Amino acid sequence: MSKKMTLHLRIWRQPGPNAPGKFVTYTIRDVSPDMSLLELLDVLNEELIKKGEPPVEFDSDCREGICGTCGFLVNGVAHGPKRGRTACQQYLRDFKDGETITLEPFRAKAFPVIKDLVVDRSAFDRIMAAGGYISVNTGSAPDANSIPIPKEIAEQAFDAAVCIGCGACVAACPNASASLFVSAKIAHLALLPQGQPERVRRVLRMVEQMDKEGFGDCSNHGECEAVCPKNISIKHIALMRREYLRALWSL
Amino acid sequence: MALAIKLDSKAPSGPLESRWTRHKDSLKLVSPANKRKYTILVVGTGLAGASAAASLAELGYNVKSFCIHDSPRRAHSIAAQGGINAAKNYRNDGDSVWRLFFDTIKGGDYRARESNVYRLAELSVNIIDQCVAQGVPFAREYGGLLDTRSFGGALVERTFYARGQTGQQLLLGAYSAMMRQVDAGRITLYPRREMLDLVVINGQARGIVCRNLITGELEAYAGDAVVLCTGGYGNIYFHTTYGRSSNATAIWRCHKRGALFANPCFTQIHPTCIPITGTYQSKLTLMSESLRNDGRVWVPKKKGDTRPPTEIPEDERDYFLERKYPTYGNLTPRDIASRAVKAVCDEGRGVGPTGRAVYLDFSDAIREKGIDYIKEQYGNLFEMYQHITGEDPYKVPMRIYPAVHYTMGGLWVDYNLMSTIPGLFVLGEANFSDHGANRLGASALMQGLADGYFIIPYTIGDYFANTTLPKVSTEHSAFKDSLAEVQRFLTRLLSIKGTKTTLEFHRELGMILWDYVGMSRNAQGLQIAIEKIRQLREEFWNDLKVHGDANTLNKNLEMAGRVADFLELAELMAIDALHREESCGAHFREEYQTPEGEALRNDEKFCYVAAWEYTGDLSKPELHKEPLVFEFVKPTVRSYK
Repeated sequence: MSKKMTLHLRIWRQPGPNAPGKFVTYTIRDVSPDMSLLELLDVLNEELIKKGEPPVEFDSDCREGICGTCGFLVNGVAHGPKRGRTACQQYLRDFKDGETITLEPFRAKAFPVIKDLVVDRSAFDRIMAAGGYISVNTGSAPDANSIPIPKEIAEQAFDAAVCIGCGACVAACPNASASLFVSAKIAHLALLPQGQPERVRRVLRMVEQMDKEGFGDCSNHGECEAVCPKNISIKHIALMRREYLRALWSL
Repeated sequence: MALAIKLDSKAPSGPLESRWTRHKDSLKLVSPANKRKYTILVVGTGLAGASAAASLAELGYNVKSFCIHDSPRRAHSIAAQGGINAAKNYRNDGDSVWRLFFDTIKGGDYRARESNVYRLAELSVNIIDQCVAQGVPFAREYGGLLDTRSFGGALVERTFYARGQTGQQLLLGAYSAMMRQVDAGRITLYPRREMLDLVVINGQARGIVCRNLITGELEAYAGDAVVLCTGGYGNIYFHTTYGRSSNATAIWRCHKRGALFANPCFTQIHPTCIPITGTYQSKLTLMSESLRNDGRVWVPKKKGDTRPPTEIPEDERDYFLERKYPTYGNLTPRDIASRAVKAVCDEGRGVGPTGRAVYLDFSDAIREKGIDYIKEQYGNLFEMYQHITGEDPYKVPMRIYPAVHYTMGGLWVDYNLMSTIPGLFVLGEANFSDHGANRLGASALMQGLADGYFIIPYTIGDYFANTTLPKVSTEHSAFKDSLAEVQRFLTRLLSIKGTKTTLEFHRELGMILWDYVGMSRNAQGLQIAIEKIRQLREEFWNDLKVHGDANTLNKNLEMAGRVADFLELAELMAIDALHREESCGAHFREEYQTPEGEALRNDEKFCYVAAWEYTGDLSKPELHKEPLVFEFVKPTVRSYK
């Protein structure tokens, strides 16, 4: 068994969307370095409930880095110090004994805070509704092997399709742009033959909805790529821009 | 309050191959103009819920979709890794609808309906077509055609996959189809809602009561049918591979409103999960069954051998799955593999700090096929393993141990997927329908999508066309009563003000179930479990401590409600396990085993679906039996040797 750790958590506490928030620091002793950061929050919440204090609200579900539910800033970095991982996949072994860890919600105009570390990311769903799909009614599909897709193309599409919609890219961007998220879906579908018929409409509508939701523009900082838990490349944003220009010209 | 229930499976008769086609042709239709007059409440947005909502909306129905998460895309179907079965026979390796049907019936140890399973196998091919058309990026070969691999319990390669994240890609496909209908105005989304009651009027399911998880307000929704797709109840065991939000509340409240609960003791324990390291641990992470295509499972031959795995020579290793089941080897089905793993650990040959683990070793595959091949096939799983354990599985073998993963049991449904409450349909893992006593790998995704894309769109129309549905609004007294009842329940949870937290109760319940209603069971243990569950339930209602109020986001209160329901369902699971005096599939009763330690079925006495009715007394549920008739396959000893 590895040595136990003591950690201080400096957490943003905000009782509701319109209530003022503040940082509160909690100390947790004797925890295992094999514990995850979210499990540390579980332990803290147990202590708080026992003491009759309000537990810290935070979102999480699968706790294996695939559902995209969790996410907050850990010492200013979306999801935390280990790159290519979600918050639930950050383990205490990657922090120092005695360290103060600051946790605060994703900050973006389009992601209003609901409570403590929980934010509203429904803007992402509205962007997807604007065009993040291929229109194919159930039952009307041809045989799956009737459209061969070169392996390289399929792999490229996959590299974009791995987006989990967590919103870290928005939180990391100085402009709170959703470009990485939107471009991942546009690239995934634009690369595939099935996505061609709606290619123009899709990029125009999704970009329009992104702007409407209050996300900022991309100015190539690259912060999104750095925090993306699925390592989605910023090159997709370049592809989205090409798609957008192409769409404008084709109108 | 016992109902005069006659379980009519409505399963068609006649030749197996044409049953579904003939059944579809016999179903009544609703005209396109009339469809928009019907409102369907779809609860849950996993593979079953998302595919159902999308498909029903495409037909023109008015759909309201509810999910517990902040977005429909987060449902726990997303975590399924390995793949989805389909009888495409693209490999020319002898696969067929019949073989997929046969493997699934046999895999379920002859405790599922032939009609249902055959239909599932038949629809599997349409699912792949549908998903590819949506842009799901399945793995492909260099020629551009779809790739497949093997999964447990099959001798053909029929599992389609998308790296190690097949569930995610399939769910995003269904989610995208759903969002298209949101855009078209046919689906209204209600995220962050938890269904807390079913409203039954004149014996028909006519609405639901939800809690808005952000504001804490209780909300009522009326409709013409309710389609429940809320997943399995495995989280009852506490340490599981389920997501945090997965729970039994929706199905349990429907059960208490009259829906029978079938085979609750059939719970799947998956052999390859990352072992537990401490009590604080919140979940167990699955390592996909697909890894057993290339990974070899072994333990040292000697007891208490503490040498590092790489220093144990080949002839001192016991590749016990290959030894015991030479035909299927490392790809024996989950129930059998899990028990074999438990057996070697019980013998004292387990590895790792706790001795409750075995090795899953890739060194041979890396040597033979190269590290790049392994990376391409399983890269994200290896990465996940490394994140969690801090060990590099390319260099040292993985350590794995069984964990609760899936529930075959669920609400009883007929061939039309309707429960014993007219108008309440149950899809996906929430129902009991297709997997019998054990589910084969890569079949959950198949069932969820078959139910949602290809079955409910047909059967729900027949229900509407045959049923008189008087206009009902949420002003009806049944809604008011339900709202008041849910309110009382929440107030009661908050007013106990005891000393023990929800998590403590949940963990304790999980231990009882794991010990006595887990991988192996016996009559004495089950009686102990029932007693302990009753005591724990009483303690819960006297000593629970929940913080805060009901009128705000309060995850602790949400969990308390779910654990309250788990504490009731747990007793039913134990009662069911006690009554089933045979071993079948995942239900292993120690008293009933072959000399080699394999499951011993009793087809004379237990070849039926056990469907339990809630009587108002949790300790005295009433058993209804749906006999299982095998016309096409003969139940035999399930051998994988």
